[in-house]
Amino acid sequence: MSLARNTRSRKAPGTPKPAKTAAKKTPTSKKSPTSKRTGRTEVPAAGPDAVHRMDLLAAMLRIRRFEERCVELYSAAKIRGFVHLYIGEEAVAVGVNEALYPEDAVVSTYREHGHALARGIPAEAVMAEMFGRTTGCSGGRGGSMHLFDASRRFYGGNAIVAGGLPLAAGLALADRMRDQPRVTCCFFGDGAFAEGEFHETANLAVLWNLPLLLVCENNLYAMGTALERHEAQTDLAMRAASYGMVAWAVDGMDVEAVEHAARRATEAIRGGAGPHFLEARTYRFRAHSMYDPDRYRDKEEIERWKTRDPVNQLMDRMREDDELGDEELTGIEHRVTDEVDRAVETAEQAPEEPVEDLLLHVTSAPAEAR
Amino acid sequence: MSADGQPEKAKTTYREAMREALREALSADDRVFLMGEDVGRYGGCFGVSLGLLEEFGPERVRDTPLSESAFVGAGIGAALAGMRPIVEIMTVNFSLLALDQIVNNAATLLHMSGGQLPVPLVIRMTTGAGRQLAAQHSHSLEGWYAHIPGIRVLAPATIEDARHMLAPALAEPDPVLIFEHGSLYNAAGELSPPATAVDIDHATIRRPGTDISLITYGGSLPKALAAADELSTEGINAEVVDLRTLRPLDDEAITATVARTHRAVIVDEAWRTGSLAAEISARIAEESFYELDAPVERVCSAEVPIPYARRLEEAALPQTADIVAAAHRAVG
Ligand SMILES: Cc1ncc(C[n+]2csc(CCOP(=O)(O)OP(=O)(O)O)c2C)c(N)n1
Repeated sequence: MSLARNTRSRKAPGTPKPAKTAAKKTPTSKKSPTSKRTGRTEVPAAGPDAVHRMDLLAAMLRIRRFEERCVELYSAAKIRGFVHLYIGEEAVAVGVNEALYPEDAVVSTYREHGHALARGIPAEAVMAEMFGRTTGCSGGRGGSMHLFDASRRFYGGNAIVAGGLPLAAGLALADRMRDQPRVTCCFFGDGAFAEGEFHETANLAVLWNLPLLLVCENNLYAMGTALERHEAQTDLAMRAASYGMVAWAVDGMDVEAVEHAARRATEAIRGGAGPHFLEARTYRFRAHSMYDPDRYRDKEEIERWKTRDPVNQLMDRMREDDELGDEELTGIEHRVTDEVDRAVETAEQAPEEPVEDLLLHVTSAPAEAR
Repeated sequence: MSADGQPEKAKTTYREAMREALREALSADDRVFLMGEDVGRYGGCFGVSLGLLEEFGPERVRDTPLSESAFVGAGIGAALAGMRPIVEIMTVNFSLLALDQIVNNAATLLHMSGGQLPVPLVIRMTTGAGRQLAAQHSHSLEGWYAHIPGIRVLAPATIEDARHMLAPALAEPDPVLIFEHGSLYNAAGELSPPATAVDIDHATIRRPGTDISLITYGGSLPKALAAADELSTEGINAEVVDLRTLRPLDDEAITATVARTHRAVIVDEAWRTGSLAAEISARIAEESFYELDAPVERVCSAEVPIPYARRLEEAALPQTADIVAAAHRAVG
């Protein structure tokens, strides 16, 4: 079975607005009225759909505010290294993560703050990692590009373009060999399509029917090279489908559309349908990294995409449906800002690893010490 | 039992010993599986895994497409998820297509994750020249891997090591690369029971001696032993050290042998420039300079892509006569 299909933006003219039905059709089995992100226990009058949207909004805002703080901290030289911001792409991490269970695995790239936070890694642990502190989620050895959390099955944090794909296939292979009904989700950019590792992995995944969800975040650029200048064929879902896997493209600026598509995919994968491919059409509002003067894009193009900001879009929709009042929004904003403030505070105060520990974790400790 | 009451020694080959090791590993632990190009139906391109598919099935003796990077990476992922994969790469030459996965993932994940993600993976591959396979099938690049922190590099040179190195390699929590020299597969000999675990932390002395140390590993061991035989006919008593583990190097064994013999010849089939032989020479200079009675000698491959023509290939590789000549220079 192979299916290449574009799910157009629901804001596109002439397209019906299936947002709520989509959300209703997909069972949210792991959802309870208690929001895992906002910690809210009250069920608002608007009903469970509204609670869920509030969760999505809070999750996206949390990433947004976290990264905005990263910009300040970088400018103040408190954090260093290559820092790749996800601002504009939050709907993808949040939407996909909604479809994943704690026992699933996630493999990510160097632009992974959003994936890590959406996966539930505490902001404190991520921020401490940016500061290079022992309390960081990689003990200060990874930094912005190498976030890991074994307990949440978050396997990085890979800064080699396409390097995480074979690894994800292996995680999925292990599950397949042991009949574990788990999904491995691998995020990567459009740039990865030009690497052999993407194609080797796609081939392997279909051959071996691996429970793998490939999520391509197509933000139209690989550093400064536009999609049509780095891919001979720019229809990525079609190319993935050519390997014989189910492949969709989805509006990556619409968190509910992403969630809906991801749920369809993960449910099929859990049912044994093999690897699925999801192309999320998205855009990064900021430069490739903090070093990038962003000379290759028109300001006009960026502004055009900003009108489709995933956070604003969801807020607008919620306001339209009377699900979001100013007071509630202020509440969410306070909570996420507090969380980020606290993360920065604790990171700044967290201890640095003593230099004597430099050679730790090159190889595992000897058996008797383990 | 044989007539003299000693346990029977089994006649076997390096290839069969390796296969026995794989069979034992697959039987002992259901997390273990073998994966690589043609390991199943074909029986392994060097015949090492012949028959294992029938015994363990296609899930656990898993043929892969020609995708070195993907299946090595998949081995890493499977190891992270609790399996114990043994990945076979046909030769070290092809492992370069998987270099990214080995160096950037297998070797670094433990460290980058602050100790959270050990990668208990074994990768086996052949190395070396001597079979007229020309440049793209004959190189000895194990020294490159020995350069990389985070992986262990083994070179079984004997039938016993072929039989017994795999189990301790699989017991390691970190990635282990095993280099099997292509010219050793047909080596026949006797394997004495009972099975003994091989020490993968230390070098071993294959022949004790007092006058000069021949330090080597893998496919060059038989040549070094032959050289030692020849030297003994001249009254030169050579000690032959088999490094066995190329990373981490057994510094103590190297220092100790030089302290005994005061002369060293390093035999390494890789090119001299930037080789493991260069590293060992440097360590001897650092640690044992005052023990030396002669400059360290190196016998390495000529600095040329290994040629096809028999005479040229032989001339390119370290040969017994070269080792003997180097020993003569050192003994002076
Ligand atoms: C193998 C490899 N080549 C080059 C680079 C340098 N590099 C880092 S990010 C990047 C662009 C990748 O673009 P894409 O995959 O679309 O992801 P995005 O940054 O847009 O999220 C490049 C070329 C790299 N990290 N790895």
